[in-house]
Amino acid sequence: MNMMSEAAVEKALEQKMTEANYKMMGKDVSVYYGEKRALFDVNLNVRENTVTALIGPSGCGKSTFLRTLNRMNDTIDGCRVTGKITLDSTDIYDPSIDVVELRARVGMVFQKPNPFPKSIYENVSYGPRIHGLAKNKADLDVIVEQSLQKAGLWNEVKDRLLESGTGLSGGQQQRLCIARAIAVSPEVILMDEPCSALDPIATAKIEELIHELRTNFTIVIVTHSMQQAARVSQRTAMFHLGLLVEENDTDKMFTNPDDQRTQDYIMGRFG
Amino acid sequence: MSQVVSATTTAPAGAATRRDIGVKRRYAAERRFRAYGIAAISFGLLFLFVLLNSVVSKGYTAFQQTMITVPIEFSEKVIDPTGKRAENPNILVMANYPVLARDAVAKVLGVDVKNRAAARQVSELLSDSIRVQLRDIVQANPSVIGNTVNVTLLAHGNVDSAFKGQIDLSVAESNRKISDQQLTWINTLADSGALSKHFNTGIFINGASSRPEAAGVGVALIGSAYMMLIVLVLSLPIGVAASIYLEEFAPKNRFTDLIEVNINNLAAVPSIVYGLLGLAVFINFGGFPRSASIVGGLVLTLMTLPTIIIATRAALKAVPPSIRAAALGLGASKMQTVFHHVLPLAMPGILTGTIIGLAHALGETAPLLLIGMVAFVADYPTTPMDPATALPVQIYMWANEAERAFVERTSGAIMILLMFLLVMNVGAILLRRRFERRW
Repeated sequence: MNMMSEAAVEKALEQKMTEANYKMMGKDVSVYYGEKRALFDVNLNVRENTVTALIGPSGCGKSTFLRTLNRMNDTIDGCRVTGKITLDSTDIYDPSIDVVELRARVGMVFQKPNPFPKSIYENVSYGPRIHGLAKNKADLDVIVEQSLQKAGLWNEVKDRLLESGTGLSGGQQQRLCIARAIAVSPEVILMDEPCSALDPIATAKIEELIHELRTNFTIVIVTHSMQQAARVSQRTAMFHLGLLVEENDTDKMFTNPDDQRTQDYIMGRFG
Repeated sequence: MSQVVSATTTAPAGAATRRDIGVKRRYAAERRFRAYGIAAISFGLLFLFVLLNSVVSKGYTAFQQTMITVPIEFSEKVIDPTGKRAENPNILVMANYPVLARDAVAKVLGVDVKNRAAARQVSELLSDSIRVQLRDIVQANPSVIGNTVNVTLLAHGNVDSAFKGQIDLSVAESNRKISDQQLTWINTLADSGALSKHFNTGIFINGASSRPEAAGVGVALIGSAYMMLIVLVLSLPIGVAASIYLEEFAPKNRFTDLIEVNINNLAAVPSIVYGLLGLAVFINFGGFPRSASIVGGLVLTLMTLPTIIIATRAALKAVPPSIRAAALGLGASKMQTVFHHVLPLAMPGILTGTIIGLAHALGETAPLLLIGMVAFVADYPTTPMDPATALPVQIYMWANEAERAFVERTSGAIMILLMFLLVMNVGAILLRRRFERRW
């Protein structure tokens, strides 16, 4: 009893000490879809300028957790979130928090590339335009160019900015979606299996991009590929059946995990 | 390992006695299905052909009208025997103009107008509407009085039918609408070039008339156009707004389910019920005038709304959720998501639904009968509050007329209605092309 409370205190202290480093913190996060509970008291913190990978078998709740971070779950009927999630120590589920503002700070890239069926330019400029980030057309042009450059797409599309975004290849479309997300200068970018619909070459490009983006953004990525998690992330969290099994440095996770289930999953023994 | 190898080596051996997996049967079924499809389409095309053929073969003659061109002497003796037209302009209104025309035709035919029976037969060659035609000429330019001018006069409906060969000449003369003497005259006039067929502009611009040669769908066209405008202006925004609310914003609960069921049922309500509703609400309670296109437009709006709402909701549902997620993920509000992304993508579907609804409304007759749009309206309606008829109602009314010349006009009016529809559809298709986008 004494030992446990001591450990709890120690943990609390550690949390307090490093709170400044945590961009987002999830405390006792549970998610229900109607009667069904999809997440069970998950405590997971996301460090600033770090790539955090969420891994686990299908249906383990990693995407659900990701979507709680910018309240995309709000759009699902009957979805209920309990617990506390903070962004820079503000509770994002507080009634005073505006979800539009939150999503401008926490951007998202989806599994399937989903550019708007509009021009490449319009795709990237849409976010800055609705948030009023550019005063005039020249500002907007600058934002579009910078975003496309950061997404490593500028050289490929600079001559055809007015062509449809849906005419690009799958990998280019996904990078366009990333450019679109970073055009609104978010602080955190959530990526939900961004490479699962792409070929290995496009995947390599995106992974390289994630590496570069890390200097400016905090990234949380859900992936089914162990190799990808190992390659791009510094921290890895393993989910199983709605529970957070283990969260650790990626190196340690893939060499010497604390939990047997992590070991089994990484070795391919289940999932 | 050895097991795996043996498994793969046995496979080709089994190929010799391959199991019948019914490939032939499946292809036969497919061929059968295709044949059914082709048969169904041929059946439809056949009926379309029969329909169009019957309408066009009966109706194309309606776009030609027999006219008689004769030199008319605007005799002062007939128009103004007392010479007081300067003091009393009514004299020019009341003058006996048909006599002028009769005398002119009689002169060409060499008929003595003193023979009253022959003179009556001559005047029966001409439409009664020439009275108005000649009066307008004289009133516009009183200086023609005393001069002789070539005027193209509308022939009587019976002459028109006879000249087009639509009157059965084997019938006894006494039972015919046109006498042998008149037929001879018609041939004489046609040979001299005085009587000939002209393009019938009257059918497009004239109002109602009991004389088939002077009857046209002008009023009906304007009435239908007003109603389509009212239906479009009211039902498109209301329908789209309702669908967007129901589809994107409304909570999903018993109440919205009930609304949905009701909308689906309303789409199936017989249109005459809407006519009764319009009669009760707009005319009896709202105090709108009867026979007015505004009431027709409102009734047809009510009738069209369910169609537009159902089509719009289907179109909104068909927009991929990934587009909504993308916009929401960027921090667009729900409203921005819907209006910037979802609605433009749903636009082609919405337009399709709207055009189906409008086409339906354009051809609707039953509710208009109840609100008094089945009326004899000869003057153009200047506003939607004025009495008017509608194209389908005009067709219905002409179909009830006894004269032979109204038969071709009924088919002619059907062709005009179909053209109206075609123009609307082409407009909608062009609009849809503009909005169509891939995703």
